[in-house]
Amino acid sequence: MAKLTDLTIAEAGVGLAAGDFTARELTDAYLLEMEASRGLNAYFEETPERAREMAEASDARRGRGEASGPLDGIPLAIKDLFCTEGVLSTSSSRILEGFRPTYESTVTQQLWDAGAVLLGKTSMDEFAMGSANITSCYGPVINPWKASGGDAAGKDMVPGGSSGGSAAAVAARIAAGATGTDTGGSIRQPGAFCGVVGLKPTYGRCSRWGIIAFASSLDQAGPITRTVRDAAIMLGGMAGYDPKDSTSVDLPVPDFTTALTGDIRGLRVGVPAEYRMDGTPAEIEALWQQGVDWLCEAGAEIVNISLPHTKYALPAYYIVAPAEASSNLARYDGMRYGLRVEGEDLTDTYERTREAGFGAEVKRRIMIGTYVLSAGYYDAYYLKAQRVRTRISEDFKSAFENCDVILTPTTPSTAFALGEKQDDPIAMYLNDIFTVPASMAGLPAISVPAGLSADGLPLGLHLIGPAFGEEAVLRAADMIERAAGFDARP
Amino acid sequence: MTDATETFPDAIPGHLAGHITSRIGHNSDDLIEGETGTWEIIVGMEVHAQVSSESKLFSGTPAAFGAEPNTQVSLIDAAMPGMLPVLNAAAIRQAVRTGLGLNAQINLRSVFDRKNYFYPDLPQGYQISQFSDPIVGEGRVTVDLEDGESFEVGIVRIHLEQDAGKSVHDRRPDATCIDLNRSGVALMEIVSKPDIRSATEAAAYLAKLRSILRYLGTCDGNMQEGSLRADVNVSVRKPGGELGTRCEIKNVNSIRFVRQAVDYEARRQIGILEDGGEIDQETRLFDPDRGETRSMRSKEEAHDYRYFPDPDLLPVVLEQSFVDEIAASLPELPDRKAARFADEFGLSAYDAGLLVADRETADFYEQVVDAGGAKRDPKIAANWMTGDFFRRLNADDLVIAASPVSAGQLGGMLDLIADGTISGKIAKDVFDAMWESGTDASDIVEEKGLKQISDTGEISAIVDQIIADNPEQSEQYRSGNTKVAGWFTGQVMKATQGKANPQMVNQLLQEKLGS
Repeated sequence: MAKLTDLTIAEAGVGLAAGDFTARELTDAYLLEMEASRGLNAYFEETPERAREMAEASDARRGRGEASGPLDGIPLAIKDLFCTEGVLSTSSSRILEGFRPTYESTVTQQLWDAGAVLLGKTSMDEFAMGSANITSCYGPVINPWKASGGDAAGKDMVPGGSSGGSAAAVAARIAAGATGTDTGGSIRQPGAFCGVVGLKPTYGRCSRWGIIAFASSLDQAGPITRTVRDAAIMLGGMAGYDPKDSTSVDLPVPDFTTALTGDIRGLRVGVPAEYRMDGTPAEIEALWQQGVDWLCEAGAEIVNISLPHTKYALPAYYIVAPAEASSNLARYDGMRYGLRVEGEDLTDTYERTREAGFGAEVKRRIMIGTYVLSAGYYDAYYLKAQRVRTRISEDFKSAFENCDVILTPTTPSTAFALGEKQDDPIAMYLNDIFTVPASMAGLPAISVPAGLSADGLPLGLHLIGPAFGEEAVLRAADMIERAAGFDARP
Repeated sequence: MTDATETFPDAIPGHLAGHITSRIGHNSDDLIEGETGTWEIIVGMEVHAQVSSESKLFSGTPAAFGAEPNTQVSLIDAAMPGMLPVLNAAAIRQAVRTGLGLNAQINLRSVFDRKNYFYPDLPQGYQISQFSDPIVGEGRVTVDLEDGESFEVGIVRIHLEQDAGKSVHDRRPDATCIDLNRSGVALMEIVSKPDIRSATEAAAYLAKLRSILRYLGTCDGNMQEGSLRADVNVSVRKPGGELGTRCEIKNVNSIRFVRQAVDYEARRQIGILEDGGEIDQETRLFDPDRGETRSMRSKEEAHDYRYFPDPDLLPVVLEQSFVDEIAASLPELPDRKAARFADEFGLSAYDAGLLVADRETADFYEQVVDAGGAKRDPKIAANWMTGDFFRRLNADDLVIAASPVSAGQLGGMLDLIADGTISGKIAKDVFDAMWESGTDASDIVEEKGLKQISDTGEISAIVDQIIADNPEQSEQYRSGNTKVAGWFTGQVMKATQGKANPQMVNQLLQEKLGS
């Protein structure tokens, strides 16, 4: 029998239903692997006791004939950004040192209600700000993949971010699946860097209640998994209307796995001219073309489209997101929870607490955000950026009149070595150049592992769909996955 | 008269700038005489009214006053990580209702904005408010003064916002404690145009506003509990001159204090200007113990609130039918009711105004006048209510709902006067006895034998006796000193313990003395 931790969520579900193994055995297998892989620093908090309890409860349910569904008994890693009751939820920031919520986020509660098992909380870029998982207060997460050649050969690589811990855990098979959040690419980009599937649903698909807020109009929870089918299964458990989140959309949650028909004949795949950018490595361009060919061969129709405002998406994002963050992070003031560094008076306490509690990138973005909202600059920056955002949305709306999904590369590079791109924040921000437009438009998008670079590092392809068009996105992604036959392991 | 086109100096926040004051001309009594000439006071007010509602504005927590500290605080109110606001629809209804009651334009589309600043009583580090798109636009309030004059105050806008928690300074010697019960309670901020011209007007405006809100049921107007607070903006100028720099007196929590604060502040500013100084634009607090305003040390670090639309909330979009439905459900408001009282009951505008200030009082009055069966003289009823009845309520510090004398009982007493059972003078004693004991008038009259003596024979006999016993005074009367009739009346009343029917006494005296 295959190693239990090599089973996908779908395969594990079949095995559990068939009685080939118990949920407890599955969880124990993962707990062992987690111990062995601590060097990756993917988990900052493991919850073995709770995991075993939950696994046993799953077995008991199954014994009574009351198994909940495809997620029952499945061990998952949860990104630190999700508030999990009684378990450290710190946004990987010193300022939430020791914070154990008395409440559970809606998304994770739904997963537990579906019978899933909590293996532990994964490290992330502090307050979800980053694309390399190097700003976590718990130290960098290491990508299980290593370059086989080139300058970075043998060095520790970044897993991408901000959901680097979750992506690394899935890639290293120390979780069957993981939750992440995506604001500008924080699920998809680490997915690509780690050779796993990362799905960002439509804004409003999953509830944000209980997820520590970074940029309210952009944040979305989503699954990180080994296969597209697994992502469809997890999304089914995570999505749903929540009246406690006013931006949550009241639409029924379909069984997303039914979208994986394997038939994309007549599917119109848009290829946007503006995503062809100077400086993109040739092998990424080549993979993109390869993706086009695969879909074409499977019967899709390729359509050249234009998304004229693409190049403004990243600069606009780096105005809107920090602006919202500067306000969302104001509550971390040392008064009610988390870190407090006493000062001589109120102002001094605020300053010392936030100085000590926030890392450099977070401070940078709070300052940018405060600046772009300030009197005299609001119109020129924030308001302007929101208008650009509307243009970007309109670009996509027009495009989707002529196509059903859009295909692009996920990232402008493979994973890079720890220590690179750290001198220039802009170089780091450019990691998200292909993923950000879909975030700004609130559209569903997925990264699927599609090949390896010359240096043996994973490369992903990126599919964007119309609002609430997760099914088309999953169907196309499934075809890429089949065609790519990506079975390399780190 | 031409429209005023005065605008405020740049000192005013953006959303108030450019607002035109509609008052030109003024009662010259409002001007203050200084050493260098006469001065005009310009006052505008931002009134914060807590919305009467079960829950807070964005969380389901109870909004009631008086609970133990930090017992009415939800995860949202405490701004725990990951929490999100959800709009309480009832607050929208109350805001629309208030707007309609103030003759204001309802904005079918409005937006919640974040007002960002740091303070421990503001857990989120921002207040959810409405900046550029408030729910209610321009309106107006007519205010009556005691002298019968009235004036109009324009309303610039009304918006909804969260209240902050409370800082408690006297619980610990070494620290300030924070009570978050009030954090997140729904407030309506009612912004007036700078149309007020005196301390008296300011007090009258606030009283009228409070009265309307209580009629509407959208705010209980309880200023001691903080349900209603006023930020009062005061500036002075020479009549016809440029507007002066204004100072804002924050959180004035009684109508009396508003009057005192405006008066003090205007004189303070005049004093400075007459000495050749300049007014610093600043925020001040009114100290009721000293009757003075003093400068507040700035409690808010940032004056730039960096307003932006709250991305956790959707814009509020209302259907016209929703607004119309609320409009149809409004009660008869004070102005309309006062006009009706004046019309139907022949009351003076002033008396009508007194009776309608409170909906409970107006209802009480109407019950006295017309309780289904009995109908009483409305003017007499009004006199009794605005006279003895209000006096006793004030003296005993009672609200009308706690009156020991019910509308029915008061009406019953009026019946006894009307049918001659007791005189108006005796009725005052009966009223006091009713108040003390809560017993009906007729029972008191019985018990104390206060029935008016209206028997002609009885009074005649007494009159004859008095005339006979006092030949000197009788002679005085007959020789032309008619004033001595009053003395005679007094004697008759004394002899009858005040119970003789006065009209009858006078009539008989005239007959008998005259002959």
